[in-house]
Order: sequence, then C-alpha cells, then structure tokens
Amino acid sequence: MSLHRDHDYGTPARVSEHWIDLTIDGLPVSVPEGTSVMRAAEEHGIRIPKLCATDSIEPFGSCRLCLVEIEGRRGYPASCTTLAEAGMEVRTQSSELMELRRNVMELYISDHPLDCLTCSANGNCELQDMAGVVGLREVRYGMQGANHFDAESARPKDTSNPYFTFDAAKCIVCSRCVRACEEVQGTYALTISGRGFESRVAAGQDEPFMTSECVSCGACVQACPTATLMEKSVIEMGQAEQSVVTTCAYCGVGCGFKAETKGNQVVRMVPWKDGQANHGHSCVKGRFAWGYATHPDRITTPMIRKSIQDPWQPVSWDEALSYAASEFKRIQAQYGRGAVGGITSSRCTNEETYLVQKLVRAAFGNNNVDTCARVCHSPTGYGLKQTLGESAGTQTFDSVLQADVVMVIGANPTDGHPVFGSQLKRRLREGARLIVVDPRGIDLVKSPHIRADYHLKLLPGTNVAILDALAHVVVTEGLVDETFVAERCEADSFAAWRDFVALPENSPESLEATIGVPAEQVRGAARLFAEAGNAAIYYGLGVTEHSQGSTAVMGIANLAMATGNIGRLGVGVNPLRGQNNVQGSCDMGSFPHELPGYRHVSDAATRTLFEGEWGVQIDPEPGLRIPNMFEAALDGSFKGLYCEGEDIVQSDPNTQHVQAALSAMECLVVQDIFLNETAKFAHVFLPGSSFLEKDGTFTNAERRISMVRKVMPPLGGKADWEVTVALANALGYPMDYGHPSEIMDEIARLTPTFHGVSYDRIEQLGSIQWPCNEAQPDGTPIMHVDAFVRGKGRFMVTRYIPTDERVNQRFPLLLTTGRILSQYNVGAQTRRTPNVEWHGEDRIELHPHDAEERGIREGDWVGVASRAGETVLRATITERVQPGVVYTTFHFPESGANVITTDNSDWATNCPEYKVTAVQVVQVDQPSEWQKRYRRFSKAQLDLLPRKGKREAV
Amino acid sequence: MDIQNLVKMANSIGGFFGAWPDRKQGRDEIASHLTRFWDPRMRAQIVAHVETTGGEGLDTIVVEAIRQLEAPPVVQPTA
Ligand code: SF4
Ligand code: SF4
Ligand code: SF4
Ligand code: FES
Repeated sequence: MSLHRDHDYGTPARVSEHWIDLTIDGLPVSVPEGTSVMRAAEEHGIRIPKLCATDSIEPFGSCRLCLVEIEGRRGYPASCTTLAEAGMEVRTQSSELMELRRNVMELYISDHPLDCLTCSANGNCELQDMAGVVGLREVRYGMQGANHFDAESARPKDTSNPYFTFDAAKCIVCSRCVRACEEVQGTYALTISGRGFESRVAAGQDEPFMTSECVSCGACVQACPTATLMEKSVIEMGQAEQSVVTTCAYCGVGCGFKAETKGNQVVRMVPWKDGQANHGHSCVKGRFAWGYATHPDRITTPMIRKSIQDPWQPVSWDEALSYAASEFKRIQAQYGRGAVGGITSSRCTNEETYLVQKLVRAAFGNNNVDTCARVCHSPTGYGLKQTLGESAGTQTFDSVLQADVVMVIGANPTDGHPVFGSQLKRRLREGARLIVVDPRGIDLVKSPHIRADYHLKLLPGTNVAILDALAHVVVTEGLVDETFVAERCEADSFAAWRDFVALPENSPESLEATIGVPAEQVRGAARLFAEAGNAAIYYGLGVTEHSQGSTAVMGIANLAMATGNIGRLGVGVNPLRGQNNVQGSCDMGSFPHELPGYRHVSDAATRTLFEGEWGVQIDPEPGLRIPNMFEAALDGSFKGLYCEGEDIVQSDPNTQHVQAALSAMECLVVQDIFLNETAKFAHVFLPGSSFLEKDGTFTNAERRISMVRKVMPPLGGKADWEVTVALANALGYPMDYGHPSEIMDEIARLTPTFHGVSYDRIEQLGSIQWPCNEAQPDGTPIMHVDAFVRGKGRFMVTRYIPTDERVNQRFPLLLTTGRILSQYNVGAQTRRTPNVEWHGEDRIELHPHDAEERGIREGDWVGVASRAGETVLRATITERVQPGVVYTTFHFPESGANVITTDNSDWATNCPEYKVTAVQVVQVDQPSEWQKRYRRFSKAQLDLLPRKGKREAV
Repeated sequence: MDIQNLVKMANSIGGFFGAWPDRKQGRDEIASHLTRFWDPRMRAQIVAHVETTGGEGLDTIVVEAIRQLEAPPVVQPTA
C-alpha cells in the first residue's frame, strides 16, 4: 500500500541477441546491444544525474547533466546518448564531473522560481533531487531571474485544461513533454519555440492547451520532471501517500494504473509502467476521468417500490434483497420458471459476471442470462468460434509492432482505444502500411506523419460485400498462401469458399456500385494486404453491429486464413473491444446458450461438471437473449429481471420498444452506481460499487486477465459480488465466498482455458493471457500457433445480403453511429466528469452538400427521423462524412440516438444493427415528442428519489 | 412473441446457410442453429407457425429445416 515510485532508467530498454560487456566505475556489466551507457549504469544500480532523459522516450542530450568520462575518449560525453560499447571503461564520478554538473544545475536554478516549499511537486521533483545530488550550494547568478517566484515577468499559468496546469515559469525546457507527445502519444501538439534563454514550450500555435490539438492523454505531465505540467488534483490535495496497482474500468485496452491515494481519497491515477497492455501510457478517460466515483449523484442506499409511479423507499440491504427474492419467487410460481432472468455487464469484473450467470442458472433454474456484449461483440464470439475455434482475438497488442500492413475495419482506435491507437501510430510512423475501411474519415486516415495508403470509404452496411471483393482479388490473382491453407485449414470448406468468392458477382468491379468504392482501390488494397509479409486486421463495432455482423467477422477470419496471416507475431484477427471487460464477461458464461469457457449448455459432460460443483440441475436448453427478453416481456411470458451494471434503456436500440417492455415487467431489479435510465423503470435499486471499491479481475481485448484492486471501501457498504451472493442466499441458493479470489478458483477449476489462473499467479506474472493451463502455464500471447483451436481452420461462405434498412424517398440518408475519445458509451461515468468540456452534447454530422440541400447551417437544431422514432440534435457540417451519410455519437440520454435505431439485428446473434438506419433530417425549432416525454418522465422519476439526507440515513 | 419478428429472424439465418453449395448441409445448419441458440418458447412458436400455416412468410429451406426440429420441451409452468 505504501507509495511506489517507478524506477526511471533514463532511456528505453533495448532487445537484442547481442550482449555488450563493459565496466562502469570498475563494475563489469553486460547489456543488450543498443543500450545507452546511462541505462547500463542504472540497470546495475549506478545512478547518473539526469534531467532531459526519461525511459519512456528516446534520449535527446540537451541538459548535459549526465556527463561521464570514458577511458580513451576526449571530453565528457553525455551518457544518455552514448551507446554502450564492448570494452568501454566508464567513470560516472570525478571531481571534474562534479564541477561540470554543479555548473549546469546552477544555470538551471538561476531562472527557476525557487518556491520549493509551496510548490506542488515538493517531495516529488527531479529538479530538486538533482540539485541535491550534485551538491548545489550557491547560485552565483543571483536570485533575480525573470521567472523567480515573485517576479512580475514570470510567465502566466495556463489552467485551461480541466485536469492539469502548465506553469511556464517552472519550465526548464528539457523537452521531455514535447518528445512524449510525439513519441508516446503521437499527437504532436507541443513544440519548443524561440532560442536559448528565450526558448519555451508551446501548445498548438502558441495557444492554451484546451484549444490546441492536445487530447489530454497526460503523457507530457507524466514525463515532466518539474511542476510545470502538474495534475490539478495534486495541486489541490498534495502528494499522495499510498499507491495500489489496478486496471482501468473504461475501454477494452485494459490499461494498468497506479491509483495514488491519501487514505480513502484518490489523488491521481498514474499509468502503470509495468502494465503489459499499456507500458506506462494512458488516455484522458483512465488517467483523469475517475471523479465520477465520488459524484454526488451516487446512490448508496438500497431502495424499493411497488410500482414505478411510487416514490422510492430507502430500506436496509436485507429488506431490499428479501423483497427482490420474494418477487422473483412469486413471479416464477405464477408465470413459470422461465419468466425471470438476469443481465450482466462488461463493466463488471469476471468474478461478478460469473456470479450473476451462476445465480440465474442455479437459483433461477434457467439460462435466461445475457450480457451487454450482445449489443457489441456477440458476432465476434460466434464468428471466430465457427472459423478459428475460439471466441477471442488472436494476438497481444504488442504484436502490432511487428506488422507490415495493418487493415482497420469499422474501428476508430485513436478515439475508441486510444492507447492501442498510439501504439499503432508508432508502428505506422516506422513505416508499416495502412488500409482503412470506414464510411467516415477517421483521424487515422490522415494524422501527423501518417497517411493511409488506402481509405476504402464504403457505404454503411456493405462490409460483407467489400470483404468478398477483397477475397475475390486474393483468390483470382493467385495471392492465396497455398502452403498455409493446405497445412492448416479444411480442404473442403476452403474449396467451397474459393469457388464462391471467385464468382464474377463478387469481383470489385461487379460490387463497385454496391460498395461505393472504385474497384481499382479494392484491388490495390487486397494486393497490399496479401503481399505485405505480416498483415494484421483490427476491427470494431463498425463490423459487428450490422444485420450481417457475424458474416463479416467470418469474412475477416477467411481473409486472414487465406493469406496465412494467423499464428505468429505481427498478424492476426484483432477485435477491438468496446468496454473494459467485454472479453471477460463473454468468457464467464454470460450468454444464454453457453456455460463459462464457451461450452454449450446442451453439452451433457460440461453440465455434469457444473452440476457437481453447484449442486443443482442445469437446464439443457438455451435461454432468452436481451432482445428476446424484451419481446417475451411484451407478450407476457417474461416478468422479472436482475440487471447489474448495464443501462439497457439507453444503450439498446429502439428505445421506445425497450421502455414498453420494461414497463410490462413486475419486478425489475437494477444494481448500479447511479439512477441510470433503466433504473427509472425499476422496482428495486441495489447500490453498485465502482472499480475503485472492489477486488476482482478484468480481461481485456487481448485475453489479458489483470487485477482490479480495492482503493476505497464500497460507498454503499457492499461490493457488487457481495450483493449477488446475498441475493442468491435470499433466493434460497447458498453462495459462500470470503473473497473474489475464491470465485476465481472456482472458475479455474471448472474451465480448462483457466485451469492455471489464480490471484497468486496473476500477482507473480503481472497479468495472464488465457488460455493458461498445464500446457501453457504462463498464458498464451498468440493463439493458433501450430494448429487452430478447432483443429483445422474452417472457411465459411459469406454471401452479401443487403440489410432491410434501405434508403427511400421518406428516409433518404443513412445514419451510422460511433464514439468519441472523451466520452464513454452511455456516458454515465464520463458525463459526470470535466470530460464534458470536450464533448458536452451529441451532434449529428452532415456533409455540406446534404446540409445545403436542406437549408441546414452549422449548429442548427435538426430533427432526425427513422421508421422507429424521432429525435432532435444539433448539426455539425463536415466532409468527414460522405454525401448521403450522417453520423452521431450516443453518449447523452436526452439525445435519444437509440430512439431512431431500429430493431434489425445480426442473423446469428441478434446483435443490433446500430450502424445502419435510414433517416431523414430536417431543420426544426423544438425538441421531438419523444424528447419532451423523456424530460417529463425523467424529472418525475428524479422527484421520486428520497431527499439526499434521508437516503443516507438508512 | 411477435411471429413476424421470428419469421424475419429465421429467414435471415436461412439467408446465410442457404448460400452454401451443399443444400442439405445448409438446411441441417439452420436446424442446428435454431436448436442451439433459440429459447424453447421461440422454437415452439415457429414450429407451431409452420404447422398451422405451412410456413407463411418463411423461405422454403427454412420451412424444411423447421420441420426437421425435434419438438422443444414444454416449458414448465412452475419452478
Ligand atoms: S514542461 Fe516540463 S517536460 Fe516540458 S520542457 Fe518544461 S520542464 Fe521539461
Ligand atoms: S496531454 Fe498528451 S496530447 Fe496533450 S500535450 Fe500532453 S502529451 Fe500531448
Ligand atoms: S480508457 Fe482505455 S485506453 Fe484509456 S486509459 Fe482506460 S483502458 Fe487505457
Ligand atoms: S540526461 Fe543526458 S543530456 Fe540530459
């Protein structure tokens, strides 16, 4: 728990087969070729003073504090930029060196404010430390520097960013921030302007950080050795006293963080240097947007009510749980065992989702359990299982550093998966080629030092057509990796697939009009992909959230197999998961047809295993999926739902249909940290806990299981896993766990791909990528290395079938949806942080041509109508979208983005078709009918909450 | 549940497997998909629809697949 400070080796680690032997201060040392003298010394416990070097970025050699002596060389080379060579004899201390370093420090200090006692970095400042180390005792230049703390000439502070300040007076112009922004983040927002004493750091075109291109990732703050760039939370609260390593609860990158605290209060979240998914980097969400955890909107007292028109009644945990249990039992007695179910969330830990599906299967006695992955990556689970044999991505994130060409389909990594996006950009700057398949011009298409070789700007809804066209080129131009296919894949399914994609109707020329991309571009992209060497595919919800989502996932797997791009570093099929624990919640058996580890409920051997452990009979029939639950609620056969950590009213399509379904329920139990949109239809509210309030594990998009550690006690008194345990007990099904590690032990006992996983093992290894078992005791970074999990890879025929959702005269535009960097999903967390300063409302993006035709100007209110409903948003006019296509985000409930999305869904999994809705857009001057109703209803529901004081009293 | 929705869902499953060169294999896959992924009450309803209307609105291969389904278990009225 004590405060852990990372060791800074000064320059990045190098990997090499060749090792170099040298001596430093008489000590023989050995380091990989390419290592700096500074790092060689640091790795062997010899510290060399430094200021401009830090090990997250390449050395620069500007401060001259790290000088050393090398036998046989003249002068005093900088150890950070000098590479270790065989036989070198290095001296890090001598009276000459001491003198030189002291002079350097003296010069720095001569223009420094010298308000150390009241400085926010006091106690954690490298400049202070170095002054101490070099033995600075006097400053001969006097104390009248332009930036001294009471000097009127001191530069003003830039406080425009909500999370950190830039106090230029304290800047030593080491340019660590500039280099971090370039090398680590890849945004290039900072420069050094001016020369000599006049040189200084500038954001953008010498403007406030907030208006510059800065994306507030925090890399510069992390790199700054002084208090120049400093977290506002540290300025307010002072330096932290303890730290705990945990995992970000936002996106599927799953960054490791050090939560630095004082008592129960978080002072700051610092990206964990040893985090194997993020290597010390982060984005604005994980790094800064954690304040929601203690937001006054948190509900921390259980509440019940008979009907949703009644005021909420605050009650004890026991009363709430026994009321919920008695209602579920009453409903089952009256309407049948299958009339109740549960929904888990990808925001919950593995242990929590495991318990919810266990509760449904063991205590409810049915398989009516589903997870919000239904509406995002269920087609990934289905499609990859059918083709490769495992419902998961094939690579580690680091694999991208070996890729020669990267194809990004229906994903926006720099906004949706920013830390991976930075890593990808780094690889692209090193020369990897890029193909972007997206209806919209995402940032990656053109960003500093990056240009996509191909941007295939297809029409929404034509992914399968373009994948077939790409495959057509591969097959007909002799680009198949015949050896790989012959050795690794099924001969008959390959033959059927090859014959199918080779059909003339699948050629880029035949499909040109359908896809909306010139055939030559498709051919060029296919050739580039197939001939590159290592080709990797990264995809997101732009692939899955379609009526042919599963087909497209299989099309991606086909393409990777046919070109031999599976089973080694630098290649693979990589689903970018939206939420932190999408992978984990699927692994844990949250789907109605699967027990943990993706084993079908009809499989008697698997059932017997679980029945033995759980002491109940498991229903061999699949249960209801989320959209089926709504349908069943409307026809009266589904009446009770336990919904943990998931806001189905805001996140599921066709909101009015969902609201009608929930209104038809007799017992809706919501467990959440806020009164979310779904809770407004609930009968029982159970306070949830944020990721800071509990122990558990998350599994990221690369199958990496990482620890979530408790930083503060649960505000409502119980961690989420404890609530599910208590509910199961109230239902008469005993659960008895003292700690989440015992839940993981049970998962490991029952799941072959988890046999080797335990909290102790994760602690030892830092994190574990499943499968982890007897065969792979340290986990599995790359899957399908020698053989596919299913044995031979299976090709699937993927016929393009256009969605029913087509444009016509009434609805002539295609709406597609996406997300933005600063907000997260339904926004319940990020909307309650200063991230709203970047994105305070959802807007609809229109092409200038479509806008002009309708007389719509920037910022106008426009009505967006589909056959499902109508809402009103403000317009942004941009060429990022193509004519005929409009685009919006879905982070704010009042936007009602899902009022317009329809209930079309993927044929295999019912994943909703969020990405294609035919709409009309017209200028309006008032909110839609739905919005007016929403505002009334929402206000009425908030009025039914007990007053704050009363809520806390129970 | 709304039978029109079930018909649409069943047809879209048929749309995928119907493209397979081996028609019998395609039909078996449709039947297996319905058994493995549809809740019994949904299956019972689509089977009843085929029995009473001969499969109105359903593609031929889907009707054939549904005729192949084993009768789903009757849902227990009580827990
Ligand atoms: S802001 Fe910090 S990191 Fe950047 S140049 Fe100034 S002192 Fe160095
Ligand atoms: S916060 Fe990130 S993007 Fe902004 S200037 Fe710093 S490194 Fe660059
Ligand atoms: S949101 Fe994603 S990329 Fe950002 S810090 Fe969290 S896990 Fe990392
Ligand atoms: S640390 Fe080497 S020159 Fe600054």
